[in-house]
Amino acid sequence: MNILKNLPLFPEQASTVAGQVDALYFFALAITAFFTILIATLVVVFAIKFKRKSDAEFGVPEKTSLPLEITWSVIPLIIVMVLFVWGAKLYITIMRPPADAVEYHAVGKQWMWKFQHPEGNREINDLHVPAGQPIKITMTSEDVIHSLFFPAFRVKTDVLPGRYTQLWFEATKPGTYHIFCAEYCGAEHSRMIGKVHVMAPADYEAWLAGREPGKKLASGEELFQTLACVTCHAGDATARGPLLANLDGGEVQLNSGRTLVRDDDYLRESILNPTAKVVAGYTPLMPSYDGQVTEEQIIELLKYLKQINQVGPQAGAPTGSP
Amino acid sequence: MSSSAHAPNLAHHFESYEQQRESASLGMWLFVAQEIMFFGGLFTAYLVYRINNPEIFKMASSELNIYQGGINTAVLILSSLTMALAVREAQLGRSKRIVALLVATFILGGVFVGIKYFEYSAKFEHHLVPGEHFDLHLNAEELAYLEKVGITDQAKIQSRAQMFFSIYFAMTGLHALHMLVGMALIIWLIPKAWRGVFNADYHNPVECFGLYWHFVDIVWIFLFPLLYLLGRNIGA
Amino acid sequence: MENQKNYLNASYGWKSWLLTLDHKRIGVLYLISITFYFLLGAVFAAFIRLELATPAGDLVQPATYNRLFTNHGVIMIFFFLVPSIPAFLGNFLLPLMIGARDVAFPRLNLASWYILNIGAVFAVWSLAQGGVDTGWTFYTPFSTAFSNGAVMTAAVGVFITGFSSILTGVNFLVTIHRMRAPGMTWFRLPLFIWGLYATSLIFVLGTPVLAVTILMVALERGLGLGIFNPALGGDPVLFQHLFWFYSHPAVYIMILPGMGVISEIVAAFARKRVFGYKFVAYASLGIAVLGFFVWGHHLFVSSQSAYAGIVFSVLTMLVAIPSAIKTFNWTATLYKGSVSWETPMLYAIGFMGLFAIGGLTGVMLAIMGFDIHVHDTYFVVAHFHYIMVGGAIMAYMGGLHYWWPKMFGRMYSPFWSKLSALLVFVGFNLTFFPQFIVGYLGMPRRYHAYPEEFQVFNVLSSAGATVLGAGYLLPMVYFAYSLFAGQKVGKNPWGAVGLEWETESPPPPLNFDEIPTVDFDAYDYVGKAKEAQVV
Repeated sequence: MNILKNLPLFPEQASTVAGQVDALYFFALAITAFFTILIATLVVVFAIKFKRKSDAEFGVPEKTSLPLEITWSVIPLIIVMVLFVWGAKLYITIMRPPADAVEYHAVGKQWMWKFQHPEGNREINDLHVPAGQPIKITMTSEDVIHSLFFPAFRVKTDVLPGRYTQLWFEATKPGTYHIFCAEYCGAEHSRMIGKVHVMAPADYEAWLAGREPGKKLASGEELFQTLACVTCHAGDATARGPLLANLDGGEVQLNSGRTLVRDDDYLRESILNPTAKVVAGYTPLMPSYDGQVTEEQIIELLKYLKQINQVGPQAGAPTGSP
Repeated sequence: MSSSAHAPNLAHHFESYEQQRESASLGMWLFVAQEIMFFGGLFTAYLVYRINNPEIFKMASSELNIYQGGINTAVLILSSLTMALAVREAQLGRSKRIVALLVATFILGGVFVGIKYFEYSAKFEHHLVPGEHFDLHLNAEELAYLEKVGITDQAKIQSRAQMFFSIYFAMTGLHALHMLVGMALIIWLIPKAWRGVFNADYHNPVECFGLYWHFVDIVWIFLFPLLYLLGRNIGA
Repeated sequence: MENQKNYLNASYGWKSWLLTLDHKRIGVLYLISITFYFLLGAVFAAFIRLELATPAGDLVQPATYNRLFTNHGVIMIFFFLVPSIPAFLGNFLLPLMIGARDVAFPRLNLASWYILNIGAVFAVWSLAQGGVDTGWTFYTPFSTAFSNGAVMTAAVGVFITGFSSILTGVNFLVTIHRMRAPGMTWFRLPLFIWGLYATSLIFVLGTPVLAVTILMVALERGLGLGIFNPALGGDPVLFQHLFWFYSHPAVYIMILPGMGVISEIVAAFARKRVFGYKFVAYASLGIAVLGFFVWGHHLFVSSQSAYAGIVFSVLTMLVAIPSAIKTFNWTATLYKGSVSWETPMLYAIGFMGLFAIGGLTGVMLAIMGFDIHVHDTYFVVAHFHYIMVGGAIMAYMGGLHYWWPKMFGRMYSPFWSKLSALLVFVGFNLTFFPQFIVGYLGMPRRYHAYPEEFQVFNVLSSAGATVLGAGYLLPMVYFAYSLFAGQKVGKNPWGAVGLEWETESPPPPLNFDEIPTVDFDAYDYVGKAKEAQVV
């Protein structure tokens, strides 16, 4: 009996969109239930009421009724269009992170989730987040397609190798909820699960403070030095590498004449395949860091790069000499 | 297919030669429709990757020999002419001419496949077959052009060029396979034609095969410009 | 009468069956094949439900479980559901229903059967090689670069089998266009034929795209070409687009013939023409055409752009409307009908309710904001089983029970058949309804082990599967029994209207003594009241 008392029928609502998704669900469910019961009832009632009484009995054919056909075409059409519009709007809400969302990172690999907090804390298969804060998770895969799924938040997005994808949520209710991988990824797919811990902001601060220093990754700033980026991207007139400023969404012109927006994919490519796209006025000198930085280190570097602002005259035309 | 003395080559489930002919023709058109969808998947993949890597694909494409490709195009168009004439002769029941035209079509098909063989051998020699030994050799001029458009990463050039050749071999290979099947079918048709089986009432096999052959020709007419010709003479 | 030759006893021996050109015999050959593949797929299902009865993955290894669900899907879809109604019932009945002696291309028809089984040999061989573990969807790069299952063998099997569909589609389209009896105009055709026509369009235009996509997967896996592998510059989402371009229309392949069967059963067992005949006919075509433009609803969370998603969502909503039209028309057919409660009608009634649930949950899945939460959960699994099992297989069973006496000249036990129908209905709902709930709770699909709080629903589901299994096994017994000891029937055991009921049961080898001239509309119980007597 205890089982029945605690039987969950719906997951907890632990994010700002969860209630919206559930509302849409209940509406759609009501429509489904209505039409199913309508059809089932009519069918059964007709089958009973018009049950054949003798072998010689025939049915009474009805004339085709265009008004009837139109009615039961148009009414469902209106209903599904309502569902479509509501669903599309909700989708846009769920897929577009707000501007003030704090960026976390995640790397999926067979068969674990590696999370990185903005200030560098790393967790594996667990994720502690503060309530009341919009959080976006930028993520990639090291191998096959995975999918990051928080049922309590009602959000899910596939995690792809070779690209970044994003999901966002704002947790509302402190508690512990499931994390699942929702795209079949091999042998231990069902064990690629974890727990997200939503905490009141004060508790979250306390948790952060109590973290052991050893779990912190070298910051992007430290990596910038230790990986010798600073030698070419020195930020002065003689620098062999372009000035690093406005890297988060700013525009850049390449040698080919193309102009593009500097996003995470571009920055990541510039570290791993630096000669693929070269800034206008510079020669392709930068060595590739492919194999020398981990995904987590790239994430730290990107965080650093997006907020540094080297000022100074651009080195301009190549002087032709390394 | 059962036949009776007074209605040779009329299958028992058809009421008339006309019904049989129209059925065969419709069936063949439907088969061609599905072949279009079949090749369509590869065309889609090619277009997607071409749009994403225009310069490297152009470089890779310029490794193809347009003279061999061009001659092959002419050969195939000519073979479609001989095949169309063969269908005409089959409708008129002129056995000797049917055979001659089928043989001509076969020979032209053979020329196509032969030239393809030389093309493919050249690819092998120049290390342009995807796999371990793939190595696209670019001269200084070509490298400079790529550098000008911002592409200098050798690994990326090789991998995208390899993508081009993967799709090139998949598409032309699939096409060549269809040619070979066609040539085998001509071998099957020739004895029938020789024996005088085909006439105004019954020439379905020739007509249906003609349709197939024209389709294979048309696939090449799409392949040739898309693979060989697009973007030529840039960087020169 | 009893000494008259029918297609079953006209000739004997292996060769007369394995080299037959008679569409009726080919239909029976298909019956034997698909029944075997159904049992194979069901064995895998049994193991899946057995494993999932407990939260821990303790019955089989994870790698084994992954092979179980993959092979369950591959075999059930490609070797049972896709051929089931078209290749078995369709082959048998199409010429009879249009007044022809055979299909347009009998040899191609036989070849289709052989091709299906050759493909199946490869699929079974892949099992012997240890099985495939990619899911029936073969997503890259897992299938091309990471899986150590027998992907190539399975891919070859699916590739080959596809041509069985394509050739059947060509055959049916030409037959319907060119071989109708005199007087059989398009709008006098039984709706089952319209359903087969629409299905055949998808067979011909959709299946080749699967073939070439599987070919590219095989090239990538076998030759290391980087078409879908991001490590080599490829795009794994391109695979998803190409795969679903076929696989979405494929689901309409699986339901359109079933809808055609339901039209036939409803008309015959209400002794009344189908209400809104033309609307139902056009709706079949509408579903087939629209079905080609909605594949992106499988990619809402795949990184597909929101704009593309919006287009696919609205089109998916549109494709639901023709299905709704059909359901309302069937319901209206029963109004003032003369409704018999024979087994085929029981299956049709079950179909109507279950298809409503399956179809409407499909509409729910087309709601983008909702799909994010339930994509790749058991909600989706429940939805498609409601359509494919609650819909397609119920329709198949209904058709099997409706036309069995025509095909074999024998009637089966009404009691056992009605009991089986009840078991199937109850077992089915018990198996799959809890999956909607546990899916919304968040249980992902293809999970070998799951959190404890999902157990109750899984236990219900597994219990239901047992009842469902019993419901499917019983017919094998009573049908087999009927072949030897069932009551013999005449031309028209149900008192129905249709050309197939105007010839002997079982039909003679050439179907009709004389090709009929058709002068009546489909289901004309008024004009053909004399013929629509039990005989």
